[in-house]
Amino acid sequence: MKTLDLSYVSDNWSDIVHRAWQHAVLAGLPLLIGLAIALPLGWWARRSTRLRPFLIGGAGLLYTIPSLALLIVMPVILGTKILSPWNVIVAMTLYTLALLVRTVADGLSAVPGDVEQAATAMGYTPVKRFFGVDLPLAIPVIAGGLRVAAVSNVSIVSVASLLGVSQLGYYITNGYQRSYSIEVWVGIIGCLVLALLFDLIIQLVSRALTPWLRVRGAS
Amino acid sequence: MIRFEQVVKTFPDGTTAVDHLSLEAPTGKITVLVGPSGCGKTTSLRMINRMIDPTGGRILIDDQDVMDVDAPKLRRGIGYVIQHAGLFPHRTVADNVATVPLLLGTPKAEAKERAHEVLELVGLPGDFADRYPAQLSGGQQQRVGVARALAADPPVMLMDEPFSAVDPVVRDQLQDEFLRLQSELGKTIVFVTHDIDEAIKLGDQVAVMRVGGKLAQLAEPAYLLAHPIDDFVSDFIGRDRGYRALSFTESPRLPLAPEPSVALGATVDEARAATGDDWLLVVADGRPQGWIEPERITAPIEQGMLHRGGTVATEHGPLRAALDAALSSPSRRGVIVDDDGKLLGTVRAHQVLSAIERADRPEVHEEDIAPTESVGEAAP
Repeated sequence: MKTLDLSYVSDNWSDIVHRAWQHAVLAGLPLLIGLAIALPLGWWARRSTRLRPFLIGGAGLLYTIPSLALLIVMPVILGTKILSPWNVIVAMTLYTLALLVRTVADGLSAVPGDVEQAATAMGYTPVKRFFGVDLPLAIPVIAGGLRVAAVSNVSIVSVASLLGVSQLGYYITNGYQRSYSIEVWVGIIGCLVLALLFDLIIQLVSRALTPWLRVRGAS
Repeated sequence: MIRFEQVVKTFPDGTTAVDHLSLEAPTGKITVLVGPSGCGKTTSLRMINRMIDPTGGRILIDDQDVMDVDAPKLRRGIGYVIQHAGLFPHRTVADNVATVPLLLGTPKAEAKERAHEVLELVGLPGDFADRYPAQLSGGQQQRVGVARALAADPPVMLMDEPFSAVDPVVRDQLQDEFLRLQSELGKTIVFVTHDIDEAIKLGDQVAVMRVGGKLAQLAEPAYLLAHPIDDFVSDFIGRDRGYRALSFTESPRLPLAPEPSVALGATVDEARAATGDDWLLVVADGRPQGWIEPERITAPIEQGMLHRGGTVATEHGPLRAALDAALSSPSRRGVIVDDDGKLLGTVRAHQVLSAIERADRPEVHEEDIAPTESVGEAAP
């Protein structure tokens, strides 16, 4: 095997950083949008025993749609141009939802019953209770789901290079066509680093939001 | 005053949890709902603050039907304490306590100040305020639970088995402090428990409920012990009720005998000279400390040498304490002290028993055949 020629990396460094940034936006923005939609849906699924199977099952079903098919169908549904990044963002939001609706419902279920009961008895309205009590206590579970969704998003976004939407997947497909292994490695390692970065950020934010979990135990 | 008028709760599955319950919880008093599991006591409690809505009848708080008040607003005016305290694990003790004042729109600084005041009231010093609930013991969490319920100074408090998840020693302590607090605050309290001893200790009146959500008997504790209305109530009250009823009978003037005593630090010779009996009482600063056997000691008296089995009763305390002092004393002489804890003398069991025989038992209410009728008498 030939020694790897790292000059490709240094020669294309600004291009790599640029595509990494695009990749981060295409994977990260849907995480935020998906979370914002999953919160009310998860809350709803938790409250209504009748709707729960539909909401969670339906959301889960989204994940079984092949990513390539979903990306190709998006412009038809949305009426966008084939190269529009919104195709990717909407598709990734759907995948995020598929994972997070269940996670949010699970996280809310993990709030201890006596705590919920006490909150209601103190005179919390349902909305205030959601943001003041249920959501903060569900953070650890929701963060766990977000970590899975983040890694999954980073990996699925690379498929979008087949449609010509610019991101790190480009190096994988392009390198493969040219049989240029270092370029393929740039794509793979770039995705890996990005996924680890997302994971780290979510963990740090989750830690910062849950100071009560790190106090020393009961005396 | 909280009034239940023919209240019914039937759940969607057809079970009736509360069946035409009528009773009054008088203002400033503790009303205890007690009964076996499935008697509807918790359901009844939760209908007061609309955690559960009744399917029939009415519940009135000071003549206002609770169903006419917006539920969250109603609840902010009613303190609520539950079994495991149900503290918010993500908030500090002070923030937990400030919950209701903040919901009522009290400015943050003021609510925080109020939280510190109430925490002091329940015996949690300042440095607890910034801890999280997980850093507290069960008993401390329960105190925070009580403080949280008291923070907005509600006239009504609902307590659902608040002390049943802590160990017996802590429970006893919490009960005593609760009674002390109540004597200062005079809240209208509805208290649910399955423990008849707790009901009798805490209640100004006790409502015994039977399975199926019916009221069996409503009475003051002493009366309940003396005159259970039927087999269910007498079975539920349990054994020892004659002895337990003595808790409610104040000791008359007991014939006290002077008791020789020596102070801590007394020498062997001093101790032997003080009494001809096998047992000698040791005091410190006039307060009884324990008993010793002068013939068995070989050195000046120290705390570690004392026999501590005997209980001490106060002069005008309940007869139960006086009898217990006599029964538990190794010399068979029960130690009686004044309100400052200073030795007055001793009394023997047969003398306490004579006093018991002369004491009055609560008289039977003529109308006690229909327990709901006696409600009016318990009201202030």
